[in-house]
Amino acid sequence: MKAWDAIVIGGGHNGLVNACYLQRAGLDVLVVEKNDWVGGAATSRELTPGFLYSNCSYVCSLFRPEIMRDLELPRFGLQVISYDGGAVFTRDGDYLANYRDHDAHRREFARFSRRDAEAYDRYSRDVTRQCRFIQPLLMRTAPDPTSFKPRDLGELLFLGKKFAGLTAEEMALTLRFWTMSISDFLDEYFETDVIKANFALSGIIGTALGPMSPGTAYVLLHHYMGEVDGSVGAWGYARGGMGAVTKALAASFRASGGTIRTGAEVDHVLVRNGRAKGVVLAGGEEIYGKLVISNADVKRTFLKLVEERELPDIFLRRVRNFKIRGSSGKVNIALDSLPEFPALPKDSPVYRADMHFTDSIERMERAYDDWKAGRWSADPFLDMMIPTTLDPTMAPPGKHFMSCFVQYAPPKIDGRDWTDADRDGFAESVIAQIAAYSPGFRDRIVHMEVRTPREIEAEVGLTEGNIFQGELTFDQLLFNRPVPGYAQYRSPVGGLYMCGSSTHPGGGVMGAPGRNAAAEILRDLAKPTSHMSPAHDVI
Amino acid sequence: MAQATRKKPIASEVDTALEARLAAQPHFRTLRLGTPFQPRIDALGLKQDWYSWAGYRAPHSLWDEELEYFAIRSQAALFDISPMTKYRIEGPGAEAYLDRVTLRDVTRLQPGRVHYTAWCDDDGFVLDDGTLFRLSPTRFRLCSQERHLPWLLDSAIGYEVSIEEETEAVAGLALQGPTSFAILRDAGFAGVERLKVFDLAEFAHDGATVTISRTGFTGDLGYELFVPADKALSLWDRLMMAGELRGIRAIGYTALNRARLEAGLIVANADFTTSEHAIRADRLRMPDEIGLGFLVDPEKGHFNGRRAIFEARTKKKLRHVLVGLEIEGNIPAEHAIVYYRKSQEVGLVSAAMWSPMAKRNIAIASLQRPYGDTIVDDLWVEIYAMRELQYQKLMKKAKVVQRPFIKLDRRTASPPADF
Ligand SMILES: Cc1cc2nc3c(=O)[nH]c(=O)nc-3n(C[C@H](O)[C@H](O)[C@H](O)COP(=O)(O)OP(=O)(O)OC[C@H]3O[C@@H](n4cnc5c(N)ncnc54)[C@H](O)[C@@H]3O)c2cc1C
Repeated sequence: MKAWDAIVIGGGHNGLVNACYLQRAGLDVLVVEKNDWVGGAATSRELTPGFLYSNCSYVCSLFRPEIMRDLELPRFGLQVISYDGGAVFTRDGDYLANYRDHDAHRREFARFSRRDAEAYDRYSRDVTRQCRFIQPLLMRTAPDPTSFKPRDLGELLFLGKKFAGLTAEEMALTLRFWTMSISDFLDEYFETDVIKANFALSGIIGTALGPMSPGTAYVLLHHYMGEVDGSVGAWGYARGGMGAVTKALAASFRASGGTIRTGAEVDHVLVRNGRAKGVVLAGGEEIYGKLVISNADVKRTFLKLVEERELPDIFLRRVRNFKIRGSSGKVNIALDSLPEFPALPKDSPVYRADMHFTDSIERMERAYDDWKAGRWSADPFLDMMIPTTLDPTMAPPGKHFMSCFVQYAPPKIDGRDWTDADRDGFAESVIAQIAAYSPGFRDRIVHMEVRTPREIEAEVGLTEGNIFQGELTFDQLLFNRPVPGYAQYRSPVGGLYMCGSSTHPGGGVMGAPGRNAAAEILRDLAKPTSHMSPAHDVI
Repeated sequence: MAQATRKKPIASEVDTALEARLAAQPHFRTLRLGTPFQPRIDALGLKQDWYSWAGYRAPHSLWDEELEYFAIRSQAALFDISPMTKYRIEGPGAEAYLDRVTLRDVTRLQPGRVHYTAWCDDDGFVLDDGTLFRLSPTRFRLCSQERHLPWLLDSAIGYEVSIEEETEAVAGLALQGPTSFAILRDAGFAGVERLKVFDLAEFAHDGATVTISRTGFTGDLGYELFVPADKALSLWDRLMMAGELRGIRAIGYTALNRARLEAGLIVANADFTTSEHAIRADRLRMPDEIGLGFLVDPEKGHFNGRRAIFEARTKKKLRHVLVGLEIEGNIPAEHAIVYYRKSQEVGLVSAAMWSPMAKRNIAIASLQRPYGDTIVDDLWVEIYAMRELQYQKLMKKAKVVQRPFIKLDRRTASPPADF
């Protein structure tokens, strides 16, 4: 029977990136995806006629341009378009906008506080400095600090040099930054509630932490280190929704001779004598492969797809304890017309950007309190946008797709599973919040897709619905991601690799885990990697 | 939905604050603001050649950048400096406060005087340079390129002083050139002849007050005028009318920039990177590294950055030096790399031009010590001059020279000459 050179479990964007690079290196690669479509958390689906949703992820910045280039994604239809800065609505009928123009940005902040308006330069300098430190680490395998192999020593040295390039003070600042809370970090620059809330949102998105929890400053960085065509920190829409990313990847993969099987759920990995030999599908079909690479998160991979007895004790324990707590949901809405926000002038660029209603850190933290208590937030934090104001491909003219990312939503309600009634209650908390700022909003709704962690886990396979395949806290980053000793995409089982967001450098539609894993696999096979661009310079 | 209940301000206060905020919303429709002088400048801006100066629509040039430059040197030039950042610093503790945050000795700055100064962060790196006007014993105006309100406010803790940003409220004009004095006198500012360089005085204008100082950025005879924004146009008209027979012309930044280079003056974030903008740690500069060491007063008490600056001096940790260069030939060396012995890179030119007044090819450059400091011979600049889509590469000898590149007696003559 045929044995593939490599079988990739999961057609999420990282699985596809990985598969593309391996196929282009001359391997015969099969991707098996449980859903009838590819994309994982980067997918666009038409659930009601004429409307395309970005069902999970909805904005693009982290996806590495080196990968787009190597895999010729523009040729396969990928286009990422920048959008304007967004706004936070305030409860007194005003809003705070973020304009792209530096001086308009300052004048906008000055409406609330002249002092804070002038604090922005220093803030942005300091965040940029941190970004420049982390960026070069994204497209490299994290070193194994316990290994004395020359390459690991080299990488450690590289990391050390990056550190040594910093002054003693900067070094201290970096360590502090990686472990402090976004709220404390912002307090060093700003005084105004709404201005702090405006920046804090990047520190909590996707994480089961509140703005006052240590570690959230790093999460902010994770959302700043991307770019749109060299404009660092900028975010854009993928034309056609985030599914356009994986559609292009799938097309690139097929064009280079790769094979994708959808509707093919892996039940478990075939392991013989400590080596992966292939996969067994849910229906019992066995597929053989010389290598198996899992795009699923580390918990799903090692607690569901591999038998316990194949794994070392300490590894298993760490995988079990890996923090992968769900914290968010998503409501996708088809609208028959553009909603109005009386607080916002009709010609405001904010309509084409992200909108939020949480105007203080305090409110964010209260929303998080609900999560801790095992409830969805009564007053949730929304990251809401209407991509169809810039992307004409997602809805008929004059009609709109609205994407609402929602926090907080716990993986379980009061310790039990979500019910349909819970899901409806969750959706209502979202709609009520929007309607409070947009009269007549309910009447515009044509269709709605509501996704709690239950739906996200069931469909995308993200354990607990955690969007990053594991919390982005310092104890789970770099050479500790996903667990110590296994940060280099290999696993305790021979020939079984990991390539999903659970691995370094983590979640988001970035592609770096998939690419870095491919580099490691090709190294093990002693195959050239000349088709992989090195990371762009950070100068 | 819950209302904000943190502290309970009086309802009417909340209303006016909110009203002011709402009223300011539409600014997003005008990405480049006009200054209070804009109607006059727009009418003269035949070239429509604008740039953004701190978010204001400012002219590169109005009608001819060469002729605008010669207006500064031969007649009088009117240049709108309203976008400059201005802070009003007032209170019984203002002197002590400013002495604490800036490099020079503010206790020696008399009311009615202005001095050029700079200020540093705690590590001794320059935040900005600017001018400090002492309007009264307890009232100052600080003018600068960048914005510093958080830093100024945070530094004020413990001082009896209030700090207010007044950039928009106060309009500013520079009137520079040999006939500038005569114009002010003819415009009826009686007593203006008594102003010596760096003096200031208040004069009546249109029911308000205009502050006139004998200061400027051109190395020429010249004055700067500050007036409440709503009196800006009448001031402009008053000067233009008085200056009609004395060749007054409005100018843009390109002309001014030439004059300032001849005067050897530096521009923040053009000739050095200010510390709040420096993303790369090696771009930070101490005063001694950008030619501002002379502002540091070792005699006065503690000031921001003092410890670091003196430590760098004693431990010889200063890594850069800013110098004036005279370059052979006449091709401007803008942004050229500076070499030692034609091969070793030792620095960069930040501004360069052929000086009509000095008849020399001049430049300001930042060099890595000891070059430009103890080693000043055998320095070269490599000029890439693009001519009809080809680089003409020139390796030209550069000599370190004193700044200013030109010294005009009329700048300091007292009483000022009546041209
Ligand atoms: C609601 C939501 C919003 C988000 N918003 C953004 C955003 O705006 N921008 C951004 O950059 N990031 C965002 N993210 C995060 C980002 O989408 C994910 O981190 C990223 O897409 C994960 O990609 P991946 O390839 O590592 O894994 P996944 O996308 O999780 O892919 C794993 C794939 O494996 C498949 N699979 C799992 N188990 C099996 C099995 N047994 N057999 C076969 N196939 C299997 C799954 O179906 C899935 O296709 C969001 C995530 C979510 C959930």
